[in-house]
Amino acid sequence: MSTTAKGQILDFIRGRYPQAEIDESQDIFALGFVNSLFAMELVMFVEKTFEVTIPNEELRIDNFRTADAMSGLVSRLAPDLAVA
Amino acid sequence: MTLTGTVPATAAGTGPVTDRRSARAFVDTHVVPYADAYDRSGRVPEELLRRVAEAGLWAPFLPPDSGGAGMDMVTLGEIHEEVGRGCSSLRSLLTVHTMVSWTVQRWGTPEQRERWTAALGRGDTLGAFCLSEPGAGSDAAGITTTATPTGAGWVINGVKKWTTGGQRADVFLVFARTPTSIGAFLVPKDTPGVEVLPIDDMLGTRASMLAEISFTDVALGPDALLGPSGFTAGMVLTGTLDLGRYSVAAGSLGILQACLEASASYAARREVGGRPLAELPLIQAKLSDMVTDARAARLLVAQAGRLKDAGESATIMATWVAKYFASTAAARHASEAVQIHGANGCAPGSPVARFYRDAKVMEIIEGSNEVQRITIAGQAERETTR
Repeated sequence: MSTTAKGQILDFIRGRYPQAEIDESQDIFALGFVNSLFAMELVMFVEKTFEVTIPNEELRIDNFRTADAMSGLVSRLAPDLAVA
Repeated sequence: MTLTGTVPATAAGTGPVTDRRSARAFVDTHVVPYADAYDRSGRVPEELLRRVAEAGLWAPFLPPDSGGAGMDMVTLGEIHEEVGRGCSSLRSLLTVHTMVSWTVQRWGTPEQRERWTAALGRGDTLGAFCLSEPGAGSDAAGITTTATPTGAGWVINGVKKWTTGGQRADVFLVFARTPTSIGAFLVPKDTPGVEVLPIDDMLGTRASMLAEISFTDVALGPDALLGPSGFTAGMVLTGTLDLGRYSVAAGSLGILQACLEASASYAARREVGGRPLAELPLIQAKLSDMVTDARAARLLVAQAGRLKDAGESATIMATWVAKYFASTAAARHASEAVQIHGANGCAPGSPVARFYRDAKVMEIIEGSNEVQRITIAGQAERETTR
């Protein structure tokens, strides 16, 4: 189990879609399995796991395309968190 | 109570509703004795709507500074169960108001929250949820109502159908197609171009004041859009429906509990061949299944509520499962409740006849049970491929 933000995000996505081979730079939207239900779960996961609230202006598709992008979002919202 | 819906004044069941016990007292005093009359008249009377406000029932999960009590979701589910036990029409009004209030609180800008939440929390302003259309029900992606951006804001055109509380609501949460996605818009009822057409004589939840709402060149300011635009706009709908589904799951459990209480009482009193119905094994089988399913549904609803309170993403699937189980169990046992009551269960004014009709509606709203099965099975498929 990963301890970094990026790793935890990847674990969550892989846990939900184990058949998909995903790395940190892969566009999960381009893979075609992200629907609004999973998007909501993803946002809830990020907010719960990293104890942040994602403001509306950050709820942009580019912030959620890849584990890298989500990790970057977390680092902006919680600068004190280790997000390596 | 008369057919006009007058609720007699009483000291019992007064005061704020803060938990299951106070909700039960409120419902037993102010709702249960009159629910069949509401059903026949096709309306929940204004006096009861005011009592609901006085009890702090409209949106108790809102923060105290927004007209709520900061109530947790587990308790909210218990309260919606109790209201559903008494009257599914009233619970339906609570459900859609809950959806609107939560959505404004969750996704609204500070200005939008400032404008709406306190009035929604107090019940001074009642909300309704506009998603379904004449040609799009569970198929939310098929909606054709449009929101066209203008320099000054938005213009909405389209028709929404089966809007619970639409005859009575003061503000509509309207989902419409924007040039890039589906957006959520707050539309006050008195906006020019909004027209409300009552829908009466439905199969169930007959007092929930359904309406068809048409929007003709309805001009709105830029602050009408609620939540993000673009791809994440779909999350507003997902989150709103999730809470609605939770309330319907709790309400379905309420119907099931009402069927159980009515059937157990009737079976103890009614004799056949000199013996109470309750002594017949086939009746005992029906009652025991009601007890078991009610307990199971209650656990599922509570689990979904606990996950919501913890902010866990697993609440979404837990809520799908709870709603699917509770609504199908309610429909099944409402049918059995009518069976136990025999002809008396089919008579005018029979509560179990109302439960039977209302329970069928629960299998359709907030995502039909077919959609629920597709979603739940999809999750199972993913999990088994791990």
